Amino acid sequence: MNNILLRLVISQFKIFFREPGVVFWSFGFPIVMAWILGIAFANKGEILRNVAIVSESPQALSALPQWLHKKTGTVNTELSTEAELEWEVGQNSGEQARFRFRAMTEEEAVLALKRGKIALWIETDSESNLSYRFDPDNAEARLTYLLLEGAFRQQKTSELKAEVRPLTMVGIRYVDFLVPGLMAMSIMNACLWGIGWNLIELRIKKLLRRMVATPLKKSIFLISHGLNRMILSAAEMLLLYIFAYFYFDISIQGSLSALALVFFSGYCAFSGIAVLISSRVQNTQSGNGMINVVTMPMFILSGVFFSYHNFPDWLIPYVEVLPLTMLTNSLRGIITEGIGLAQVIQPSIGLFAIGAFCFSLGLKFYRWH
Amino acid sequence: MAIEVRNVCKSFKDVDAVRNANLRVESGEALALLGPNGAGKTTLVEMIEGVQIPDSGEIQILGKSWKNDEHFLRQEIGLALQETRFQERLTVEETLRLFASFYQLKKERTNEVLEIIQLESKRKTWVVELSGGQRQRLALGIAILPRPRILILDEPTTGLDPNARRDLWKILEDFKATGTTLLLTTHYMEEAEFLCERIVMLDQGKILADGTLNQLLDKFGEGDLIEYVITEANPSVEARALCGVISSNWNNETGHGLLTVNSISETLPAFLDLIKSSALTLSSLECRRRTLDDLFLAMSGRHLDE
Repeated sequence: MNNILLRLVISQFKIFFREPGVVFWSFGFPIVMAWILGIAFANKGEILRNVAIVSESPQALSALPQWLHKKTGTVNTELSTEAELEWEVGQNSGEQARFRFRAMTEEEAVLALKRGKIALWIETDSESNLSYRFDPDNAEARLTYLLLEGAFRQQKTSELKAEVRPLTMVGIRYVDFLVPGLMAMSIMNACLWGIGWNLIELRIKKLLRRMVATPLKKSIFLISHGLNRMILSAAEMLLLYIFAYFYFDISIQGSLSALALVFFSGYCAFSGIAVLISSRVQNTQSGNGMINVVTMPMFILSGVFFSYHNFPDWLIPYVEVLPLTMLTNSLRGIITEGIGLAQVIQPSIGLFAIGAFCFSLGLKFYRWH
Repeated sequence: MAIEVRNVCKSFKDVDAVRNANLRVESGEALALLGPNGAGKTTLVEMIEGVQIPDSGEIQILGKSWKNDEHFLRQEIGLALQETRFQERLTVEETLRLFASFYQLKKERTNEVLEIIQLESKRKTWVVELSGGQRQRLALGIAILPRPRILILDEPTTGLDPNARRDLWKILEDFKATGTTLLLTTHYMEEAEFLCERIVMLDQGKILADGTLNQLLDKFGEGDLIEYVITEANPSVEARALCGVISSNWNNETGHGLLTVNSISETLPAFLDLIKSSALTLSSLECRRRTLDDLFLAMSGRHLDE
């Protein structure tokens, strides 16, 4: 009996290790992910917390850097010429944090909050009293507030009267930030799993080979899968929006034609990626790994759940050209900021280009049997 | 000429799947590629289907090549692969109509095919609910949908029970009457004998023999066979001298004997008398005509069903 068990186990090991793709996705991929996530999240102290200082008085605005410099008063401050101030605190206390202050008008601060460029803003009055403005449901914003308040207290500036004034108006709540991100993520999943995974399965069943042994054009076959998922995905979007409209009071502020263009271009981008991913894969384990390797970094980096502006400055230009980032930002702009067709043309062209490139490459190297 | 294969070779890593194959199939001919598993039948057929590209050599279908005339050839060839799992949650009719749309065929054609493959009663049944034989009939139905000039079937009855196999043979026999060229791979000699006038035997990527059933059997020599096993140890059987015996093989250790005779009815009574008079006991006796398996065994040292 033990011998049988041993033989079975050994045989299964052999089968496993003789499939290099499966070995990589089982061992290599988790290590690569741990490395990427480790870099992204292990040095939390390196995360920049962006804070706006809001004052409607032009004089106050121009004087803000000096005001902040006076309040923080540390040697680690850097005053830039663009009314920005970086302040690093608590290196030895275990509560290290890096803040970047920017002077803004309230209108600019609202926009920055909608785009996730700041976590909260501080208002000052003529008596230098402080008001912290943020959505209490946003965990990142609350943490920024607590760290900032703690840091001010340590700098003995907390003799100022400070109060929290929660931001709960529609458009700048965390849920307003979240829902467009979820919509973008849903489009990505619909394509990569709905198209990519489906095509891999058809190859494994040998149905792919059977289909293309007919006069059917290969590109038509692939496009049919994209169209099918696009209609389903549009229905998904609509349902999600109806739910968000009634339950969270979220409504589309921008133009519907811009929304349609962004949806279509985003869909094309991820359909092309799905075709490319599925082009060579021959088993489900590798397919699963390939889809994860594409989706996981974008889940984390693209600002679906939290702002990518907290990442190091050098990383942000790369994050902003990820298709999920382009799609999320565009959807967020249309839904919460009310932007129109003109503002989404550039990211839409980018998304179309990604889709066309990946589709052509995938079609060129596609394994039909 | 329906199919012409000239000096075709194909290898995978260190395995020569097809070695210098030459084959000509006339229009309207039914040809079986017969060989055991791993003989290279599927690889050869896949190259004819245009799925695999030969390493060397040339393949012409209806005088055209896959490289230049793929779209034309896809219209003219119907094929059923060795193993295809159609979409489980589509009905039989939906599956046929989907494939019919690829050839721009009308609904009437799917109805005709449903009748030919005897699945009219299952037209609304999901593919997942079909038996193995019904699924193979569906695969055949899809293959014949466009009324192809060439029908290629890769092991169409492998894994089917005898009844399901006979049902499929009957359909194919009727379809052959339409004058379609049939190319079939199989490792069942009965299937090759029943469906095809011409048989090509393959082993380890090489064509071993090519001809009609009678031509192939004649190559092996004349006569029928009497196979027997004697129970007693070290018996002495002098069957060679019996009337009508062409040759006699005897294995003293195992007690197995094989007589090649002109006529079973002429030699068998004398053989049984000999066993009785020698006070021996037969543990088994089989009288049969020569088969393709005997020929294959003589040429390759292997049985077809290995």
